[in-house]
Amino acid sequence: MAPSSLRRKNTHNFVASGSPSAKGGRQTIPERALILSGFGINSEMETQEVLARAGMDAEIAHINDLISGGKRMADYRLLVFPGGFSYGDDTGAGNAYANRVRNNLQEDIREFLDGDNLVLGICNGFQILANLGLVPAIHQKFDREIALMPNRKGVLECRFVTLKPAADNLWTKGIERISCPVAHGEGNFSCSKETLQHLQRRMMIAFTYVRDEMSPANGEYPYNPNGSVEDVAGITSADGKVLALMPHPERAIEFTNLYDWPLRKERMRRQGQPVPSESVNMQFFRNIVDYFR
Amino acid sequence: MAHVHRIEARYKADPRLKVRTDRIRSLGFPIEELHLIDVYTISTSSRDFTAGELEEIGSQLINPVVQEFTADAATLANFDYAIEVGFLPGVTDNVGTTARQTIEDYFAMKFSEGEAVYSSQLYFVRGRLAPEALKKLAATLANPLVNRVHVKTRQEYGPSGMDRVAPLVELHELPTAELVDLDLDDAELSRLGKEGVVDPQTGQRRGPLALDLPQLHTIRDYFRAKGRKPTDVEIEALAQTWSEHCKHTIFASAMDEDVPKGLYKTCIQGATNRIREERGEKDICLSVFSDNSGGIIFDDTWLVTHKVETHNSPSALDPFGGALTGIVGVNRDTIGFGLGAKPCINIYGFCVSDPESDPALFRGKDRSNPILSPRRILDGVVRGVGVGGNCSGIPTPQGFVWFDDRYVGKPLVFAGTVGVMPRERDGKPLYEKQAQAGDLIVMIGGRVGKDGIHGATFSSEALDPASPVTAVQIGDPITQKKFSDVIVKEARDRDLYHSITDNGAGGISCSVAEMARECNGCHITLDKVPLKYPGMAPWEIWISESQERMTLAVPPAKLEEFMALMEAREVEATVIGSFNDSGRCVVESRGTVVMDLELTFLHDGLPKKHLRTTLSPREYPEPDCTCPDRLDDTLKRMLGRKNICSKEFISIQYDHTVQGGHVLGPIQGIGRVQGMATLTRVVPGSKRAVGLSQALFPAYSEIDPRRMALACIDTAIRGLIATGLPLDAIAILDNFCWCSSDDPERLGQLKAAAFGCFEGATGFSTPFISGKDSMFNDFSGYDAENNPVKVSVPPTLLISSIGVHPDAGNAVSMDAKIEGDLVYVVGETRAELGGSEYFAELGCPGNTVPSLDIAAAKVRYQRMTDALSHGQVASAFPVTHGGLGVALAQVAIAGRLGMDITIPGDARPDWFLFSESLGRFVVTVASENKRTFERILGADAHLLGRVRGSTLRISGMTTLVEVQVSELEAVYKAPFGRY
Repeated sequence: MAPSSLRRKNTHNFVASGSPSAKGGRQTIPERALILSGFGINSEMETQEVLARAGMDAEIAHINDLISGGKRMADYRLLVFPGGFSYGDDTGAGNAYANRVRNNLQEDIREFLDGDNLVLGICNGFQILANLGLVPAIHQKFDREIALMPNRKGVLECRFVTLKPAADNLWTKGIERISCPVAHGEGNFSCSKETLQHLQRRMMIAFTYVRDEMSPANGEYPYNPNGSVEDVAGITSADGKVLALMPHPERAIEFTNLYDWPLRKERMRRQGQPVPSESVNMQFFRNIVDYFR
Repeated sequence: MAHVHRIEARYKADPRLKVRTDRIRSLGFPIEELHLIDVYTISTSSRDFTAGELEEIGSQLINPVVQEFTADAATLANFDYAIEVGFLPGVTDNVGTTARQTIEDYFAMKFSEGEAVYSSQLYFVRGRLAPEALKKLAATLANPLVNRVHVKTRQEYGPSGMDRVAPLVELHELPTAELVDLDLDDAELSRLGKEGVVDPQTGQRRGPLALDLPQLHTIRDYFRAKGRKPTDVEIEALAQTWSEHCKHTIFASAMDEDVPKGLYKTCIQGATNRIREERGEKDICLSVFSDNSGGIIFDDTWLVTHKVETHNSPSALDPFGGALTGIVGVNRDTIGFGLGAKPCINIYGFCVSDPESDPALFRGKDRSNPILSPRRILDGVVRGVGVGGNCSGIPTPQGFVWFDDRYVGKPLVFAGTVGVMPRERDGKPLYEKQAQAGDLIVMIGGRVGKDGIHGATFSSEALDPASPVTAVQIGDPITQKKFSDVIVKEARDRDLYHSITDNGAGGISCSVAEMARECNGCHITLDKVPLKYPGMAPWEIWISESQERMTLAVPPAKLEEFMALMEAREVEATVIGSFNDSGRCVVESRGTVVMDLELTFLHDGLPKKHLRTTLSPREYPEPDCTCPDRLDDTLKRMLGRKNICSKEFISIQYDHTVQGGHVLGPIQGIGRVQGMATLTRVVPGSKRAVGLSQALFPAYSEIDPRRMALACIDTAIRGLIATGLPLDAIAILDNFCWCSSDDPERLGQLKAAAFGCFEGATGFSTPFISGKDSMFNDFSGYDAENNPVKVSVPPTLLISSIGVHPDAGNAVSMDAKIEGDLVYVVGETRAELGGSEYFAELGCPGNTVPSLDIAAAKVRYQRMTDALSHGQVASAFPVTHGGLGVALAQVAIAGRLGMDITIPGDARPDWFLFSESLGRFVVTVASENKRTFERILGADAHLLGRVRGSTLRISGMTTLVEVQVSELEAVYKAPFGRY
């Protein structure tokens, strides 16, 4: 068998071309974000789009460009593992991509987390972070302590859910609710009793699934779409620098992305209220950018 | 000497156990529990793994928080039977490939040729089953075409468990190209065309060429003139290129006296040409019929593409694999449009038999080779399209399922993809491409295996016992996602290639030969084509339809950069030859030329046909019942009909929000009803959105195929009009799925439908931009008593519409929104119930298929667009299958609001409520907009009543319906509530 040649090779440094971005009125900060792609990651472009709108330039990089040294994590302040189906969920959602990171970029990740930087994982990104042990990282050790198991219904579920912040931290600041889609087959949050108590005590549960009127879902389908224990939708790491979230706020940024926007628009018009162009979910991304301001 | 190790991984407490068990129980197996264990079989020869290393590998393949594994030790559990399902040798094994890559990464090594990881699934069955039931359960968990199955009782399993099996492909001889003798009598020639070339090694026929006698005579004469015998590579290549699937001979041939240029040129392309000419500057077409998809203008900078394919024959044999390869295949028609468009929306459509039926039909005599059950087919095709779209990151908002028992032997699987790309790069249109002499032929993506051989010729024939098993492919969306990303997000914009196309039907034999027309010649060396395993014959390599491959023309100056980019993205890319201007397609293998044909003969040499049609008048019985006094139960039965009720279980397992463009999705309103059209943003920052709808009326076909086609076009268009999308922004696509197309009567129906298409498209001025046909959707086999049975699908036309909504923020959804709003029906309701869902409920087809006054409809649709764009409308929904009564109920359910409705007293109530007259909408309007709305709509607006309370009340002379909307919702959602 030939040894893997990928790591040593000095490959070309390719920059993925993005799509035209609609930047908001606010000024773009000098700090930049790095969005990982490759092997079936698929939400990198909309994630780039929403960060740009929130005021942070983001670059999309294939993970192989980091492994080959063509790009360096150290040049960025925010690292994003976006949604997708890396490796087609083979050997468990997020597991194979996490192995790829662990077996090639472990040191870069450690150094990145030692700095004043943030890491965000959405959906497949959550699954990757869980398998990497970057969340919950209770003792700053990157052991696997949680799992995103197959949904209780056994199939992928795509529907809009409502989230409520369960902690007061940099990620949840000023957010009353998030209304956005889930789209996953393995989002059923699970961990040991001790780990769960730890997460609760340390306020590491960032978002939970709730009913439309904001009362707890209490595990009830479809408000809790996957069977997650304690309705957990998102958690942070012990040091708060890493956020992992199953639902997709980046897919519901425009007002017209929301499930019930036609009804809400009609009601607003009849009441003489202005119809917004943006959804409430933008606050989540503004919080991230504000951290670096 | 191969070292084979086995790792078994499982959940400590499996969250899917109950769902899985319930599912199997619902299929009639009295089991107590069904556990699932993932198995990885590692087979290496150049090195072995120690016990310690196997532990490390195992921990890489699970999450220890919730899973555990054993290495080279049987999983111990309490069960009665163990059933292991793995892949047959050579079948694509995505999970095994991923596990291999993980191991390679972990140990910083590479597996060499012949070394692999194989995945399989081990089921532990708890519960006593009779031997016959156990066999049936194993057959339910596996498909004999792609799977191998091993069953053990608990006793046989013992302490050592299942056997270690590495399903390596073993091929011994190194086959060469053979000469084929065409100097045969006509009977033998016919047999050659029907059953294929005799393999000299095995003496077996290789599978259908689908060449008829005149075609074989033409080929024989060509080679006689050359003074040599053809090779099997040449015969197979001609069979692929001339197949009905590739050449569409039925649509291309002269027909009767009045269609000398054939139906396609006359009715489809002819309609588009006329429309483009008439519209002049307002033409929305950019690229039609000439490429893998059709392309229309999105805005000044962007274009959008659309293409809808069918994958019927493979889906009959392997529903999951067939549907999966169908959807990822049509994705490649997007990536292969122009210089590469980005797939941004998937759509689907399934025509299947009632999943609650279990017909006893067999492909072979003596109850051999049974067809798959309708439930199995539905489950498989639903999952296949889902996995394809979900894994590729392409939203799948739009689709339908249509049930008719005549789809029992041959389900129809429609798969479509919309793409988006800039119109130009540096002033050069990106939707045009041109391979140049001197360019290198580069194949990218997956490797070539024996899977998918004879796909093109197979789908040109009816399904019968001789249908080839190798025609089934398994898709690998991630391999495709890797090259899709690098092509449309990187390579295209760096100008690294001159042309690109999909390797679909016929494999490289079709894709390379097709591209060679752009420069007039090519030379291929088959030895360079990367293979899944050695030992394939030259003809197999040339026509294999192994999935996830594309062919590009790369100029030599760009080759190094192109290949480096592919390597960096771990996309296998191989130079397999070069383009030239020799006028010939030359293929060599191991130093010998195995094919040398003039391109003109290859592409245009097939003999012309002249088809004859007949169309006999038909008269069907009319129902002779009177209208019931009350229609509450009738309405509920209509809402619960499988063709009308909610199929939400499909919509929610398809990711319809990825890429962030969701505006109007598959499900609308707080009552969650399936809409008729979807709107999706595809260019960030743009107000515009892509609208999609589809329509089919197979129940009209046997009564009046012309009106059937008009109904499809009107309904597909009307779905978009209801969202606020204007008529002049709409284009359409046709998919004809016909049956027995050698029967003049069927051809007569085809001709009538095609002329209906011309009439509809030109009447509305909506151009066809792409289309596809599949002409032999027939099943031939036997019933349980050995009687020969032929089941033909009803002639089926799917019209798909695509349009660009100018402002997504002004779009209107279908749900009733506010108490007190006025309810209108826009358009005229006549007693047109022939082929309707209501007559189907009454068990009588009738004769009066809805007619269409296109001129009136055009005016009405313009008025609707005016009212919608001026914010006069709170909800709009097209009236389609099931008629006005069903549409009113659906609008009420979607809004969870009641209605008080009064229908004209002079009409027969059931006919008024369930007639399927075309051109109509149900609209709700705020009372303050009454005057403006009625002024805009004029005589087209008929006020029916108001949105009120929580009950749907419909009265004529007397009360007809009075039902709680919540009860209607329950009835509408019940039939597939447990799927």
